[in-house]
Order: sequence, then structure tokens, then C-alpha cells
Amino acid sequence: MHDIIIIGSGPAGLTAGIYACRSKLRTIMLTSQVNPSLITTTDLVENYPGFPGGISGFELVERIKAQATSFGLEIVEKDVTSLERITLEGKAAWRVRVHDGAYEAFAVIIATGTEYAHLNVPGEQEFTGKGVSYCATCDGPFYRNAHVVVVGGGNAAVQEALFLTRFASKVTIIHRRDRLRADKTLQDQALNHEKIGFLWNSVVDEILGNGVVKSIRVSDVKDPARKQTLEAEGVFIFTGKIPNTGFLRGEVECDEQGFIRADHAMKTSAPGIFACGDCTRKLLRQVVTACGDGATAAFAAEQYIEELRGTAYSAWSPH
Amino acid sequence: MNEDKFVDNPDHPIILSDADLDAAVAKYPFIVVDCWAEWCGPCRMLGPIIESLAKKKQGDIVFAKLDVEGNPQTASKYGIRSIPNLLVFKNGQKVGDIVGAMPEDKLLDRINTFR
Repeated sequence: MHDIIIIGSGPAGLTAGIYACRSKLRTIMLTSQVNPSLITTTDLVENYPGFPGGISGFELVERIKAQATSFGLEIVEKDVTSLERITLEGKAAWRVRVHDGAYEAFAVIIATGTEYAHLNVPGEQEFTGKGVSYCATCDGPFYRNAHVVVVGGGNAAVQEALFLTRFASKVTIIHRRDRLRADKTLQDQALNHEKIGFLWNSVVDEILGNGVVKSIRVSDVKDPARKQTLEAEGVFIFTGKIPNTGFLRGEVECDEQGFIRADHAMKTSAPGIFACGDCTRKLLRQVVTACGDGATAAFAAEQYIEELRGTAYSAWSPH
Repeated sequence: MNEDKFVDNPDHPIILSDADLDAAVAKYPFIVVDCWAEWCGPCRMLGPIIESLAKKKQGDIVFAKLDVEGNPQTASKYGIRSIPNLLVFKNGQKVGDIVGAMPEDKLLDRINTFR
């Protein structure tokens, strides 16, 4: 039995772990066996404070993890299947089910993040792993001297397009708008890069190939009758993110896209359940905001448990 | 080629290269080759799962690992464009591949569809 169960091991969950462990709460982290935190697949994070020159997403998360485990955070690899309300020692609590068992605690912090959305176009599923990719750092090196396309216009799309220029002969960014959403520094790097080209106001209709990807069919969003076929060996998709919240099954209020509704104290609609990081409905999904959320969630969870036990330090609440 | 690692019933993944993949495929009637690389986060998550399965399925399924970084011929021969990529060989023939990391029980189910 634990005080807090943290679900997810990205920057938000790990920061919650640091704060919870330093508060000497009995804390356990459940992490997916196979879905890594998205930031670990990002080649370079240049906007996280304290790392001038940038740091790879993988290394940044490894460092936060080392910091969390140094304070005693226990991490087990279990994929969560559902949550249910129970009573522990006469108090409201939660049971978190995993595929081969369950864990119980007074508070649960959900930090399950997101995954890249699929385009849902013909050929995408068929050619996944055969030219269609959602991880440039994993698969980029297979595209030496090839033409690849990157679909999307946000930070992830532009950062990964820049990474792919190390291997590919040409990278074409396909974006549905006429300008990028990525931050201006990334935009400038991409717009001035000799290997990067752009196809504006365009969407991918179909991915074609023969065993592996050979080309894509693209149409103009302003004039859908205008279509063209582009030869490409790789299609890297970074068009948007969908939250990993399916296991909640209505126990916690989410928005129409599945992002968890959490208040400024990271409290959700379910007492004892807190949420932080990219899986929540929020304005800016970045490592730095995820870490902030994680710290707040752990602090709020600690207050909640103390109130449950009648040992709260103060009755002050931000509400 | 290192003959020592081709024991009859390994309880751990054997390490293969471009040079000895064919020999391993010829020796073992059912072998799963995990094509991976250090640079790939999901591959590093799959690593312990492959090790666990190699132990549990000793005498039934042989597991192997091949680092695509130093072994470009295998990646090119089998059209590997994404890793982790598990190549499944039965009686010397490639019968399937499994792309991406997944939990242990799910992975075993996928492997068993090629038996």
C-alpha cells in the first residue's frame, strides 16, 4: 500500500516523484513497458532552463529519473488498465489495476502524456515501419541520401525536420497552413536551411508504395482539386498529439479530445486524483511546464492526504 | 564467426552481426532477431523484454539481437526502415516482422502467430 501512485515517467511524473519522495510520502511510479515519454524521442531540447546549448530529450529524462530515484522513488514497469474507488483504513482511496495485479493508494497522480496523432489516410497503417514513422531519432538514420517528408508545422515537426537533414538529401515540410506554428528560432533555422523545402496549405491524402513507401498524394487545402504526387522514401508524422487517457474510462472528467481537466492545483473532477503534464488540457505543452505541473500535483496530493488524515499543516487552500 | 554463442538452447539473446545472421537462421528452426540501435529509445525499452522472453522460452524460441548501427547489410536486405524491428525466421525462411515496442504478453502473442 502506498500514499501516492504516479502513473507515467516523463518530466511531469518524475518531478512529481521528486517532490513526493522528498515529502517522505510512500510513492510508487508505474511506467509503461513500451510507450516512452515523447520527449525522449526528441533529438534536442533547447528551451529547458539550465542547459545552454541544449540537451537531448532522452538524456534530460534520464537525469530527472536519476534525481528522482536518488530520493527513493520506486519505479515499476506496468501498463495501467483501469482505476477504481476503494476504501483504505476507513478513508477514500484508489485501486490502480495493471495487467497482472493492482496497486492501492490514497492519491493518484496521472502523468501519462500524449502520443503523436495518426493522419488516418490510406497507406499510413500499411506502411508504418516501412517508410511511415513517428520517431525521427529512431528511424532517421535509415534515410541516408533519401528524400523524406515531415508532416506538421509545430515545434516537434520542425525540430525533427532539422534532425533529419543530417541523413536525408532533402526534407520537405508539408503543413496545412501558410506559416509554421513552431517557435521563431526553430522557424528561422528551418526556413534558412538549404536541405529543407516547404509545401504550404497542403495535406496528405494517401501514402503509396510497394512494400515500402515510394510516394505520397497531396492536395491543396484551399483548392482541393489541385493534387500532386511527391516521390518520397520516408513520411514522418508530427501533426498533433492525442492524450494517453483511454484507461480512465470516465472516472475523471476530460475534454472532448480526451485531455484531463485539471485546475491550477492539478486537481481533477475525482477526489484524490491529480493530473499533470501533457495529458492535461493546457495552453503550452513543454518540458518546463510539465515539470511545474508535476511539482504542483505532488504538493496538492500531499495536502489532500494530510487533510484526509487530519494532519494538515495549515488549512490554507488556493480556492 | 564465434561458434560458442550458437549453443543449442540459449537462455539469453545471442548477439548477431551481418556476418553470422545466416548461420544462426540455418541452425535454429525458430528464431526472433531484434534489430535495434543505441540511439533508439523504444529499442532500449524492448531490450529487457527480449531478455526476459529468451529466459522464459528457453528451448522453444531462440532470441537474438542485431545492432543495425554496425550491421547495415541486414537492415538493407530486409528493408528495415523503423526500429525496433523483430525479424521472425522459421525453418530458415523469414516468415514475418514485428515493428515497434509492445508489452511482453502482447509481443509473445504476435510471435506465436508465426509458429
